[in-house]
Amino acid sequence: MNDAVVAPTIEYGTLAPMLLVFGAAVVGVLVEAFAPRYLRKSIHVPLTLLSLAGAFALVILQVVKGAVPTAPVAMGAVAVDGPSLFIWGVILVLSFVCVLMINDEGHFVASAAAVPGSADEEEAEAAGGSHTEVYPLVLFAVGGMLLFPASHDLLTMFVGLEVMSLPLYLLCGLARRRRLLSQEASMKYFLLGAFSSAFFLYGTAMIYGYAGTVSFTGINKALATGSLLDPILLLGLSLLGVGLLFKIGAAPFQAWKPDVYQGAPTPITALMASGTLVAAVGALLRVFWVALGNMDWDWRPVMWAVAALTMVVGAILAITQTDIKRMLAYSSIAHAGFLLIGVMATFDKTAQNSKSLSAILFYLLVYSLATVGAFAVVTMVRDPGGEAGHLSRWAGLGKRAPILAGIFAFFLLAFAGIPLTSGFFGKYAVFAAALASGSEAGDSLGGWMTGLVVVGVIASAIAAFFYVRVIVLMFFSEPAADGPSIAVPSTGTVAVIAISLLVTVGVGLFPQPMLDLANQAASGLFIR
Amino acid sequence: MESPAEIVQHTAGGMIGASWLMIAFPLLGAAILLILGRMTNRWGHLLGVAMSLASFVVAVLTFLELIGLPADQRRQAVRLYEFIPGMVDMGLLIDPLSISFALLITGVGSLIHIYSIGYMAHDPERRRFFSYLNLFVAAMLLLVLAHNYVGLFIGWEGVGLASYLLIGFWQFKPSAAVAAKKAFIVNRVGDFGLLVGMFIILATFHTLTFSDLGAQIAKSPPSGGAITAIGLLLLLGACGKSAQLPLQSWLLDAMEGPTPVSALIHAATMVTAGVYLVVRSGAFFFPPDSAQALAVSIVGAATLLAGAIIGCAKDDIKKGLAGSTMSQIGYMMLGAGLGPVGYAFAIGHLITHGFFKADMFLGAGSVMHAMNDEVDMRKYGGLRKFMPLTFVTFFVGYLAIIGFPLLSGYFTKDGIIETAVHHQPILGWLAVLGAGITGFYMSRMVFMTFFGEKRWEKDAHPHESPAVMTWPLILLSIGAVFLGGYLILSNRLMDFLAPAVGAPPLSERPEFDPFSTAGLATLALVAVGAGFAWVRYGRAEVPAVAPRGSFLTTFARRDLFGDALNESLFMRPGQWLTRFAVYFDNRGVDGLVNGLAAGIGGTSGRLRRIQTGFARTYALSILFGAALLAGALLLVGNI
Repeated sequence: MNDAVVAPTIEYGTLAPMLLVFGAAVVGVLVEAFAPRYLRKSIHVPLTLLSLAGAFALVILQVVKGAVPTAPVAMGAVAVDGPSLFIWGVILVLSFVCVLMINDEGHFVASAAAVPGSADEEEAEAAGGSHTEVYPLVLFAVGGMLLFPASHDLLTMFVGLEVMSLPLYLLCGLARRRRLLSQEASMKYFLLGAFSSAFFLYGTAMIYGYAGTVSFTGINKALATGSLLDPILLLGLSLLGVGLLFKIGAAPFQAWKPDVYQGAPTPITALMASGTLVAAVGALLRVFWVALGNMDWDWRPVMWAVAALTMVVGAILAITQTDIKRMLAYSSIAHAGFLLIGVMATFDKTAQNSKSLSAILFYLLVYSLATVGAFAVVTMVRDPGGEAGHLSRWAGLGKRAPILAGIFAFFLLAFAGIPLTSGFFGKYAVFAAALASGSEAGDSLGGWMTGLVVVGVIASAIAAFFYVRVIVLMFFSEPAADGPSIAVPSTGTVAVIAISLLVTVGVGLFPQPMLDLANQAASGLFIR
Repeated sequence: MESPAEIVQHTAGGMIGASWLMIAFPLLGAAILLILGRMTNRWGHLLGVAMSLASFVVAVLTFLELIGLPADQRRQAVRLYEFIPGMVDMGLLIDPLSISFALLITGVGSLIHIYSIGYMAHDPERRRFFSYLNLFVAAMLLLVLAHNYVGLFIGWEGVGLASYLLIGFWQFKPSAAVAAKKAFIVNRVGDFGLLVGMFIILATFHTLTFSDLGAQIAKSPPSGGAITAIGLLLLLGACGKSAQLPLQSWLLDAMEGPTPVSALIHAATMVTAGVYLVVRSGAFFFPPDSAQALAVSIVGAATLLAGAIIGCAKDDIKKGLAGSTMSQIGYMMLGAGLGPVGYAFAIGHLITHGFFKADMFLGAGSVMHAMNDEVDMRKYGGLRKFMPLTFVTFFVGYLAIIGFPLLSGYFTKDGIIETAVHHQPILGWLAVLGAGITGFYMSRMVFMTFFGEKRWEKDAHPHESPAVMTWPLILLSIGAVFLGGYLILSNRLMDFLAPAVGAPPLSERPEFDPFSTAGLATLALVAVGAGFAWVRYGRAEVPAVAPRGSFLTTFARRDLFGDALNESLFMRPGQWLTRFAVYFDNRGVDGLVNGLAAGIGGTSGRLRRIQTGFARTYALSILFGAALLAGALLLVGNI
């Protein structure tokens, strides 16, 4: 071997946000190991919040300094470009507010190892402890979310995917109430997640077999010269697609979402429904636009069917749900479909692509924040046995807690995309981008894009039905005599709801600054 | 005919660039008061006043900067931000018309804010009252300053909301709650017209921005059915907001709100929004002598008579004033329907009316304040000795509204009447008749309240109101004396407004002529009306209980059977229609919709079974999905 091992160059400055989060997570583990139990929470909370805020500040610093690199960093493993930074910013804000929610007492089990209903559990409950490991786990998951959409080769992306998912599998099983449901959710999420990861890995292997490299730049080059009809490429593409579509919960890979969202502790559900979705859509975009951009002619028709199916399945199945968290899960599936419309709105025109990209980034921002706000409201409506999940318990909430119900109604209207909420502009931007792409000369899908938008509008109408149904239930039904109590919110929860509401209202009235931001982030497209 | 100047994009900063602060200040005030809630109870009213005054200062500074520009530069569009991407930019249009309104709204609005400190002093919810007042001012400013119909519409709905909240402010009174609902619903009819009008504008011109519309119309003057439809639909909108026939019925009931609300919203500002809409759109949509312009004049003339007749029979002082408001806005509409020759007088009357009507409403509030909230004029009498300041200011407002020579109303109303007599003789002479009736019912009000014998309830102890209430009255009455002459003599207002709304050529601008036939006839009729009122209500004893009166009196007392008409024409058939609709809906539509819903629901229910809860099933579905995906890709790739 005459190849000397070269020390890798790592651009620490550019990667600082991610490194800070991972570093804080490692410190968190050390805290778990060495700090006395009674001190742990008071160390973890500031550590976690400060590291997330610091990482956010570092992202802002990079944007302000204009120091966005134009080539992949860390030996071509990570691409920190405009979209990455925007997604990082969004994920860091989301995880910050989710941690505020996690801080609240009563979401997490005292001892996860105790068998539900056993004497051990009672004992742990009486001792009053709780799992402070939650904080480093969340930080690891957030670190994974940062790496996942920014990775520039398939192996780094796989690492990001696993670092993001493994802590989440654990966190899903830590709910304090309805522990069996929570453990079931955790188990299912783990099994299916592992299953889909295997697909991703197998796809990676096939693509490597075709292109001889796992780097996105390399794959892109190989596609430019090689045959696009090679079965090994097509198989690799589809398997890779399965792994990614599973993470965003597109049909027919959506089945895990309702079960997991329902079972997981609500702050974790909020983190998954917002942060994971943002990260996964970012990764999906990078793989399909950067690595596989040259064969959009092949994958766009298939993606068309997936997008249409996802919207329809999400919207229709949501109608018969009776649990608020399951309903929000199906709504999240429908929104994944809307996002896929944006993913579809690409082909070889830079101006068009940056328009679609900015629409998706904007959609991710507004949808994820409204989602976190909605789940924060869900944590506050409580029965003696935990959160009041069943929809019938929400009847008449408008009379018992008008402000809370009003805020929740507002978030639902934002999901439905009613004007003067942020959701309207999100949907408008994505649909408009899809129509614009379809009407450009040279788009192989042409009129089919219009068809997809029509499906999207119909799905929105069906979705609006079940959103409005909840509003009707809250405001026009008589409250039950033994209705749920409204928890007195902690400062953290109030902050979460206030931030989400502010963004949802603010962007609904003044979309321009956020649109500008998304446009700016998308203007340079992805690093190729 | 001098056409309006072109709208220029404002690029320099300055006060005009910062004119959005005018809206931002009261909006911020409303937000703070509503969000912080009870915490602000102690100082909330002061914040409300401060925000309104700040807005007034911005308006004055903007005005000063605007008149510093050359006349053809005085229409400045300020772009704020992109609102609906690719369609509507949020922006403000600062021009002589909008700034006149802004000055009136913030100026009179601030005085009414100050007055309310005293009037609402004993109300535990005073802070909430001020938050709504601030919200109203912000919405009204958006309405008049917006540079496109979308912004105008948001403001339009905003004032509707504020008006609803304020009419129903004392919601524990069922009558107030019902009145608020009625105002809201009647306004919906008008809003519907405005909305459909906007749709047709968008479909015809592909824009809703004033500058783009102006440019398009200047290029190719529009004609045809669409323009007529736009004009009539906008008129419907204007009728709703300005309480013109046939949508007048809500205004009288709206007097259930606290009196400062009646003064600010239902006399001085909001109800004039219809006139604003007609004048603002008039520059675009009313070709001279068109059918829709005539419709505006006819509506105006009919309403000015109807309002005057209603005013004659009301014993409730606020309802009397509400009738007169309807009537005076009828004059403005009549003027606005005459085109650019009438605009200056319509706007001039609108401004002076804002002053003297606010003055009289607040005066009425001051009287009610002194008389334990009694509103029945038959239980007043002889109050001039007990409330001298209120009496003098009210009397000045009264002289102004009946058009006593050299006071404000004399110049502006006479301008409308003479222009109308010149261009639409029939409507013009009806307006002269209306002026005579005005002389009668306003005199009746003054005599019943301030002259004659005491007819008070036993526990009434009238007293002058505190200074915080009387100072606004004094300032308003000063405006009621001098403003009209200042605006109308030597056509000051017409020249000022010309860049915004157009005007007759310089040589044809009217000279003020105090001795024209119509002017003299008006004065004579007013004198006859006032004299008749003196005989009936000043000299003679006023019975404490209203006499039954003739059919005509009943007719007027019951608002010209407006409510009865609405009930039999709209409400009952409406109820039948709803009953039929419900029947049809249950049998026909529901069959279809329920079928569809059941179809979707059934699909949903069936699909739901796929969600078995078993991880193995899910994994299988993923496997199937993967197989499908791979198969499809191989297929697509090989076609």
